Amino acid sequence: MTAPLLDITDLDVCYGDFQALFGVSVSVAPGAATALVGANGAGKTTLLRTIAGARFPTSGTIRYRDADLTTAPPHRRIAQGIALVPEGRRLFPSLTVEENIQVGAAAAASKQWPLDRIYATFPMIAARRAQRASTLSGGEQQAVAIARALAAAPALLLLDEISLGLAPRVVEDLYQTLAEIKFAGATMIIVEQDLQRAMATCDHLVCLLEGRVALNAPVANLTRDQVVAAYFGDTTT
Amino acid sequence: MTWVNAVIQGVLLGGQYALIACGLSLAFGVMRIVNLAHGDLAVCGAYLGLVLSSALGVPVWVTLPLLLPTAFAVGALLQVTLFARALRHGVLAPVLVTFGLSVMIENLLQEAATSDPRGLNGGSLALASFHITSGITVSWLFMTAFLTACAVLSGLQLLLSRTNWGRQVRAIADDLDTARLVGIRVRPLFATVAGIAVATAALAGVFIGTIGTFDPLAGANTLIFAFEAVVIGGLGSLWGTLAGGVALGVTQVVVGQVNQAYAVLAVHLLFLGFLAVRPTGLFTAPSSRLGALG
Repeated sequence: MTAPLLDITDLDVCYGDFQALFGVSVSVAPGAATALVGANGAGKTTLLRTIAGARFPTSGTIRYRDADLTTAPPHRRIAQGIALVPEGRRLFPSLTVEENIQVGAAAAASKQWPLDRIYATFPMIAARRAQRASTLSGGEQQAVAIARALAAAPALLLLDEISLGLAPRVVEDLYQTLAEIKFAGATMIIVEQDLQRAMATCDHLVCLLEGRVALNAPVANLTRDQVVAAYFGDTTT
Repeated sequence: MTWVNAVIQGVLLGGQYALIACGLSLAFGVMRIVNLAHGDLAVCGAYLGLVLSSALGVPVWVTLPLLLPTAFAVGALLQVTLFARALRHGVLAPVLVTFGLSVMIENLLQEAATSDPRGLNGGSLALASFHITSGITVSWLFMTAFLTACAVLSGLQLLLSRTNWGRQVRAIADDLDTARLVGIRVRPLFATVAGIAVATAALAGVFIGTIGTFDPLAGANTLIFAFEAVVIGGLGSLWGTLAGGVALGVTQVVVGQVNQAYAVLAVHLLFLGFLAVRPTGLFTAPSSRLGALG
């Protein structure tokens, strides 16, 4: 077995008095796509944001390529190749599409994803490069958000609910593109509400339940019923 | 003809107000800090100009290559040591901290330089003027102040819209948390913005000190005019700040033409009128605090 790219051990994360994650341990193999599922409030977004450096854990460690990144600021994580596509896209509304992507390259790990390669991957936003991000449709904005993260040339791409509020065909296109990006060598952690899609896309699945890991196994070894049981915390099945 | 003259003088005066105000506008747009010591920092710039130009025996313009980098460094240092800490503690802390800084600066200046009014050595430029027509005479000093304001605003605008630095500054103004997440290093960027804000304030202070006189307490009055220019122009919009400054300047000189006693009062009434009728200012930036620059 190869060494994990990302190794999270006993992670506790708190928002003031509220504890969102309890002793979460997850490791991610290089090149794998991991689905992170769970009900609303289970801690999926918190876990991704903690990996990206937006929050610091109260205890536990985040190791990445054998370096301890537990307390590293976001720009150092990006320079190491960890990039987040945040929930709700969070584009810079007054910047153009191209500027949004250029900002994403500010602390890039390498020049592996220059602008022309990004536009070739997302042809639909190439024509909109000079437009303000706020004028784009939801699907286009999501594509720009992924493009902005790609500009950082990530080895580990964290995707938080990219299909939220988008038409099924647009989602289909985005996942098609993700498959290409994965094929190009990126490791991914994908938060996805659609269980079917999550299991079809990913090699590994982690289910969170109220801030704890309820299930952590290769997708090939799982049935949908097992995941649903973990999702709702149903111990009878 | 006297009215045309008043408007022209007012526009030129407005340039000075805009020059003081642009740093205030930039700092608010990017860092969300209202620096109540901004006017006092401008006055410090004037005193620094006084010290340097009398020590070297040259007009104050010659000292600018030394004065402006010093002011930039002071601004960056204030940001790193003081403002950044204050910003971490909610909206009220920066107001209290900069107010405290303002009081300290005024008192230190009084201790060090007494409260005598001073003027700066502007060299031959200070007294030179030219005629547009027989009735209208324009001082080269006023003209230089206005053109400098335009150049500083254009330069800032170019920096913000064309450079990597500017792109990152605008991203921060849009959404600070996300800017951090995509890897922008906020601390050094804030330091440069604060440095630019104080350097422009110091430059404005040099013009204030050359055109008129200044004393340790002049900062408060300077701040009010700058603040009014920023609000009238629209918070965070640089060209709006120029428009706001010009609106103030023209009002002051035109009303002063009628009755000098009401000139400054008219300026403050104009400001109150804007607050009542159009509190978002002339150039509103709908999606961003620096949106009008994009």
